[in-house]
Amino acid sequence: MRRRLCSLIVQAALFAMPVYSQQVAGTLPAPDQPDNAALMQKICDLEDRLVLAEGHIRQLENQQSAPGQAAPPAPPAESQTSALAASAQAAGGQEPVLGGAGGSAAKALNPDISMIGDFIASAGHNPINPAPSFQMHESELGVQAIIDPYARGDFFLSFGEQGVNLEEGYITFTALPGGFVAKSGKFRGAFGKVNTMHNHVLSWVDRPLVTNNLVAGEDGIDDAGVSVQRILPAPKGIFMELTGQVFRGDSGDEQHPLYQTSGDNNNVSMVAHLRTYKDITESTNIDIGGSYSRGHNNTGPSFLTNLYGIDATVRWKPLRRSIYHSFVGRGEFIWSQRQQLPTEQRAFGFYTSADYQLGRRWFVGGRYDRSGEAEDAALIDKGFSAVLTYWPSEFSQIRGQYEFTHYPTRIDTSQLFVQVQFSLGAHGAHPF
Amino acid sequence: MEEGNCFSRLSAALMPGLLLLALLSPSLAEAKKLNVVTATTDMAALTQEVGGDKVNVESLAKGYQDPHFVEAKPSFLLKLRQADLLISVGLQLEIGWLPPLITQSGNSKIQVGAAGYLDASQFAEILEIPQGTVTRAEGDVHPLGNPHYWLDPDNGRRIAKGIAAKLADMDPADADYFQQRFQDFDKRLTAAEQKWDAEMKPYRGRKVVTYHRSFPNFAKHFGLNVIGYVEPRPGIPPTPSHTLELIQLMKRENCKVVLVEPYFDLKTPQSIGRETGAQVVVYLPSVGGEKQVTNYFELFDYDIALLIKAFQATQQGA
Repeated sequence: MRRRLCSLIVQAALFAMPVYSQQVAGTLPAPDQPDNAALMQKICDLEDRLVLAEGHIRQLENQQSAPGQAAPPAPPAESQTSALAASAQAAGGQEPVLGGAGGSAAKALNPDISMIGDFIASAGHNPINPAPSFQMHESELGVQAIIDPYARGDFFLSFGEQGVNLEEGYITFTALPGGFVAKSGKFRGAFGKVNTMHNHVLSWVDRPLVTNNLVAGEDGIDDAGVSVQRILPAPKGIFMELTGQVFRGDSGDEQHPLYQTSGDNNNVSMVAHLRTYKDITESTNIDIGGSYSRGHNNTGPSFLTNLYGIDATVRWKPLRRSIYHSFVGRGEFIWSQRQQLPTEQRAFGFYTSADYQLGRRWFVGGRYDRSGEAEDAALIDKGFSAVLTYWPSEFSQIRGQYEFTHYPTRIDTSQLFVQVQFSLGAHGAHPF
Repeated sequence: MEEGNCFSRLSAALMPGLLLLALLSPSLAEAKKLNVVTATTDMAALTQEVGGDKVNVESLAKGYQDPHFVEAKPSFLLKLRQADLLISVGLQLEIGWLPPLITQSGNSKIQVGAAGYLDASQFAEILEIPQGTVTRAEGDVHPLGNPHYWLDPDNGRRIAKGIAAKLADMDPADADYFQQRFQDFDKRLTAAEQKWDAEMKPYRGRKVVTYHRSFPNFAKHFGLNVIGYVEPRPGIPPTPSHTLELIQLMKRENCKVVLVEPYFDLKTPQSIGRETGAQVVVYLPSVGGEKQVTNYFELFDYDIALLIKAFQATQQGA
């Protein structure tokens, strides 16, 4: 009631006055209660100032506590020198943390910490690629923060039941001139789509056969190196981005070898990726990429592996019902050229997949796999999977997957997986 | 003749270079206008009010889209890389999609903390700031307070004032223009507010249920009483047991209006409506939720007309 009265009087005052929030006392024409009106105006002004002050306090309190999107080092100041002031304050703001000062100020500068659990139960027998009955497949610890006004840092440590692996740990320079974005550290290479994804964002329990056979298995091309990317000029409405990456040259594990430096620092590997994207309508878009990668393989220091990839994704999500229905169709086609003895092997593999969101919590999908083996292109593995996923909330998901695989050695396998994934804390959003 | 040839050859050689230059620096052509990108249409509408023809404004999300779950499409990067100023709603509303876009944009001006990043929540009165420990057992809570704060005209005024000041900082030559635009907006808003307040006056204290917690600022301003939510917890879809409790609560409290944002499924609200005799109203939380709602004023005009219709239709019950 008081507010209403207040606003009515402000309105009266404002009609008479061209300038808002200037001194009004004494200039009000209201004949009956000029003092009262002026007072109410003052209260309203004070209220506005209080809201503004509260806003400033919130900004200060929540510095960098917002997951993924840490608040600015300083509230966006309203002066020309705000950028300078912000960086100065950021530099100053670091000190209390390093000095070990307690309290909420120090806590507010803590990075966002998240943990994602990935539990898999499996039934069925696969002698080629065995899976235990129960496993805590991976626990991914994410530590992410804005470092300073020029960069952000992201760490993802994946814990197996034994052992820890630095899945990714890198700095992204976000404020470079010329529209460049650079990364350095250890990170997943930009080869196609699946290679860039963490396990918990996949639509399946496992990775496609082509990844296992040609692109270094679950870890993929994941190595220490540097990356530079830039959006390219393109006709209107088309997004085009080029990424170039150079890595030390070690990727893959014993079961899925890909690149190996063999102790020679010159044996670096590289990845290049060109992505084009276009909105067809507001709810449908198409995303096509071409990738190239090369590195030295484990045959010997002078033996190279070249990888060529094409990926295509079609997405549909009606905006008015975006939380209920969506569709993603995807395919990745990969050619491997592996120099080895006695002759070079040229293997080809691909997967195609489709995922449809039935309702707010239910997703159904399928994947078809076919891939030659890197070291013997004549051996072709085939398979298909059917997937049903349920989301109790955005922070947990339960998935069932039936998978049939045919290996060329006349082995057919059927497996059933049940996966539970759960997310604690503030995990930053992943790129689209 | 020869000279002409030479010239045309020279220009032919220069043309691609010039074209490339033009492509790489489109900002040169329109140095005068500020490019403003906003996360939502409401911020775009308020920026347009104060920016007038000195700014180009574009919103990433559409008005009929759930602002929590916008896809971080690469086409948004095309807009962000050209932006001089990015205005976000803040309070973690866009946490699922805006941060990676900012990182990937390659635009140093709009990085969090840089001069071209503005979190509009700092200007507004924020409600429902959780006290004490926050856990996700309460659903998808916003630990910094309710981010749907723009549905209070007083906050609209405060945000517009903040944006006008920011624009003046970035383009000092037009500072007076922005200030004058703000005063004009303020005057029109004050007049409109008077009208809205008068229209809503008979319905003060009326009880409503909303689907999501996106209504507290509107309810506070116009004196409505939100007694419950269709979602059992923020971000958690309706459950049968909660729906049953809500129906009983509505019957007990004689609540006859269920407000639903345009991006939620109407099945549960409609069954609640059938059980309780309540009107199900698809209200608009944002500008652009329907084609005819193109600015901040029309948003309130639209919602208030809908509410009044629903309140009148259920008059005898109240």
